Amino acid sequence: MTRARAAPTGRPITALVVLGAVAALFLALPLVGLLLEAPLSDLPRLLTSAPVTSAFELSLVASLSATALSLLLGLPLAWLLARTEFPGKALVRALTTLPLVLPPVVGGVALLLVLGRTGLVGHLLDSWFGITLFGTTPAVVIAETFVAMPFLVITVEGGLRSLDERYEEAAATLGAGRWMTLRRVTLPLIGPALAAGAVLAWARALGEFGATIAFAGNLPGVTQTIPLAVYIQLQTQVGGAIALSLVLVVVSLIVLIALRRRWWPAA
Amino acid sequence: MKTRIVGALALSTLVGLAACSGGGDSKGPAATKLTVFAASSLTPAFTELGHRYEQSHPGTIVSFNFLSSSDLAAQIEQGAPAAAFASADEDNMQRIEDAGLTDGAPQVFAHNELEILVPPGNPQHIETLADLADPSLVVSLCNSECPAGKYAAQALHKAGVTVKPDSEEIDVKSVSTRIETGEADAGIGYSSDVVAAGGKLAGVQIPQRDNVTATYPLAVLKDAPPAAAGFSRLVLSPAGQRVLERFGFLPK
Repeated sequence: MTRARAAPTGRPITALVVLGAVAALFLALPLVGLLLEAPLSDLPRLLTSAPVTSAFELSLVASLSATALSLLLGLPLAWLLARTEFPGKALVRALTTLPLVLPPVVGGVALLLVLGRTGLVGHLLDSWFGITLFGTTPAVVIAETFVAMPFLVITVEGGLRSLDERYEEAAATLGAGRWMTLRRVTLPLIGPALAAGAVLAWARALGEFGATIAFAGNLPGVTQTIPLAVYIQLQTQVGGAIALSLVLVVVSLIVLIALRRRWWPAA
Repeated sequence: MKTRIVGALALSTLVGLAACSGGGDSKGPAATKLTVFAASSLTPAFTELGHRYEQSHPGTIVSFNFLSSSDLAAQIEQGAPAAAFASADEDNMQRIEDAGLTDGAPQVFAHNELEILVPPGNPQHIETLADLADPSLVVSLCNSECPAGKYAAQALHKAGVTVKPDSEEIDVKSVSTRIETGEADAGIGYSSDVVAAGGKLAGVQIPQRDNVTATYPLAVLKDAPPAAAGFSRLVLSPAGQRVLERFGFLPK
């Protein structure tokens, strides 16, 4: 302990350098490999082929819808968790953030058991309204929202907690109603957290695989999002799988760059 | 103190990993591990054949990778450590043969017929392939890469029926699952799937003129342990054929 404190800087410990380098290579090499293996000359053709463009369009529509739904429902939930007290709050918080760590395919199975055609709620949807979700794009949006919304909730709740409540109190003192305060003071102040939460939720929705294939099925143009198309193409057309993977790598890079100040404020 | 505990943990993990990679020859007679890649429709039949092989060959552990034959072929091409490959079609076996990954010629060990899979009691009264064209039905098929999907497309083509599936599954087992869980009203799978479901599914026969017979070849792969050939012999033996027949397959 004291030895470590004696040399806080200077020559780094060799073992840490070696293990750290192994970690960096381990994380970076697969991505480099993906780039090296990419059929660059064939890329334009692969990226404009029918299954790829339909997966791309579907992924965009579904992930943006899931983000919108996460905002619509997740923002109020984040506010309730940050600003109110109610019985069972700890349980509610635990349950609503569980999908963060839950394997997505388990989420898909759980959704199936509740919203599937014979599920608790699903059979009512079917018998009362004739609505079945399996094999439809709304099912994709539901699956993606399930795994993505917790990212928004947890980020926005954090933003609300770190917000100085005196601003809101001042607005109230100056005669602003609760809605006015929320719209003109609170929301603008948590803007960065909201944006970060929405981007994280969107990225998570875009990459969703397990819950989607379990709950929504796999059909080109309807439920076959980019990750599903990657998996299917891997069976026969590895080039197509690589091309689609590259698209997701580029999107992930953009997200990382957009959020870098949030994660590494000092750097 | 904390750092020392972390260090000890890291060390023990490394030691553990090293021990794992050391192989099974550290104690007792060497256990042979046989990994068979088999089409998902073979799941119940090959699981049973695997148990039988283990019983007659103590010390051999048979493990399976059951997926669609196209998935398995892709994995074998990528260097997956398979000792034998049982495909539900000849195309995917050809792929592996062309890649020079087989050891000896593949042998056909079974056939299978297509059936329309429906929930028990056939609540939607589906009788022919043409009934599947009804857009109000939720229909689940295999995707066109996997053999069952390819065979189904051929059968529908012969029957002159256009079916728009509501989901294309990654293997034929998933078609059964969709119907068993109530998500889909019908699908196309194999006769063996109806047997495998043990009452949780019903089958509707497809007339011979529209039906397609699936052919199942088995090949021992390059650098396989001798047990692979032994397992292959069991599958092709009268005893192995009886097991396959019991699970709804047609003999070789």
